[in-house]
Amino acid sequence: MRSRFAPALWGLAALAALAAALEAVVRLGLVPKLVVAAPSDTALAIWRLAAEEDLFRALGATLLTALGAVAAAVAVGLPAGYWLYKHPRFGLAYRNWLGALFAAPLVLVYPVVLVLFGRTYVSTGFMGFVVGLVAIVLYTREGLAAVSPTLVRVGRAFNLTPRQEFWKILLPAGTPMIFTGLRLGTIYALVNIIGVEYLINFGGLGFVVSETYDKFDTPGMYGAILFVILVSGGMLWLLKRIQLWLRPA
Amino acid sequence: MAPARVNARADARLIRLLTLAGILVLWEALGQSRLVFGEALPPASAVAVAIAREIISLSFYRHLAMTLGEVAGGFVFGALPGVACGLALGARRVLGAAADPYIAALATTPKIVFLPIVMLAVGIGPGSKVALGAISAFFPVVIATVAGMRAIPAVFVRVGRAFNLRPGQMVRMVYLPALALPIVTGLRLGLGVAIIGVLLGELKLASAGLGFLARDYYDQYNFAALYAIVAIVFALAAFANTAMSRLVRRAESRY
Repeated sequence: MRSRFAPALWGLAALAALAAALEAVVRLGLVPKLVVAAPSDTALAIWRLAAEEDLFRALGATLLTALGAVAAAVAVGLPAGYWLYKHPRFGLAYRNWLGALFAAPLVLVYPVVLVLFGRTYVSTGFMGFVVGLVAIVLYTREGLAAVSPTLVRVGRAFNLTPRQEFWKILLPAGTPMIFTGLRLGTIYALVNIIGVEYLINFGGLGFVVSETYDKFDTPGMYGAILFVILVSGGMLWLLKRIQLWLRPA
Repeated sequence: MAPARVNARADARLIRLLTLAGILVLWEALGQSRLVFGEALPPASAVAVAIAREIISLSFYRHLAMTLGEVAGGFVFGALPGVACGLALGARRVLGAAADPYIAALATTPKIVFLPIVMLAVGIGPGSKVALGAISAFFPVVIATVAGMRAIPAVFVRVGRAFNLRPGQMVRMVYLPALALPIVTGLRLGLGVAIIGVLLGELKLASAGLGFLARDYYDQYNFAALYAIVAIVFALAAFANTAMSRLVRRAESRY
């Protein structure tokens, strides 16, 4: 028991010590208040941003955009991954491209997306959609291709239709890897959406970070950034829990 | 090689070639007709001309040098502390376990939201882009180094101690061979995200660099030139990634 929670306690203690040190440094005037917000002011600022409802509306806007982007990426990506698995010639041909896109700095196309769709939720959503799509297509194809040929042959022996084969054999057997694609796709989509919101000064949480900076509201800015970290970390934790639940160890 | 495999490879090449040609033709047609996006989608040929125009322009290289310098600075200032922290966190189990959740959460966070803090701290000049690149590069490197440290079999370390190796020898004969691959892999990812951090910083607020140039063209409604810069940036990122992948393969074969 003690050994299991000891690292978490050490981590919290270190965090508290760091916050106390930062508080002291700011209160003593060793660093300008405009540059570094004291942790106490940051906490109050989160409270203020939340009370004025801006923060939760922004969170809702960001999460809804991400949800739409991921839903669209799944709707396109799952069938596309399945198609590439069913047509190995194309799967083989596009495999390297997908890998290259997965590693490519896709977020850097946002100026082009901005030209096409303007400063709208379509732009922020599209930036999430693109990164989510690449991850989902890539992992769906790999996941299906990794399904044991024995299982597929069993399905053939039972004369399953392609539809039955997909729902009863391929999808259940490929789920762990397909979900990995979904998990990465969701994280990348969320992160990209928040980043682009900040860059184009529009939408949800990223917009709040940009706004507070423009208003010289340093504690509010630190609060908003801390909130972004909490949301990113929370989403990471949640998706890992779901994945563990899908594949009990 | 068996004929079937040769055929499959030839097929794949043909499919890729036809796909590429199809995309270019469709893009050109959409751009020329201005049916779907109007002025926002310049035809492929106009973008090709714009790329050529950048490559022969002198000011382009000034911006390129600025961006490359910022990326190099960010990479170095992110990777060195990343390796150092990774070694420290990997060597002490409790320390590593305590830091894990915080590093994971920060590594996931879009680094660009730290730009306002960075700009308040070091101003809006090239320093802020170097800092953002460093913050970006730090996390993949630290995570890869910690993972590498944890993967070293304890018996290797014990054998080294049994031979009474001096610290320098331990590093050269035990740690370096075991860590070279994970660290180089982390460096490859780190360079990739450093490029993203620097470019996004330049796009948000800068007075020089490829990101600034793209932003400038955007403000002038010179979309063909904007697409050209984005294409050039992608080519540079792909080049950096290929070069680092080669380094990874060398580490793989050597250690």
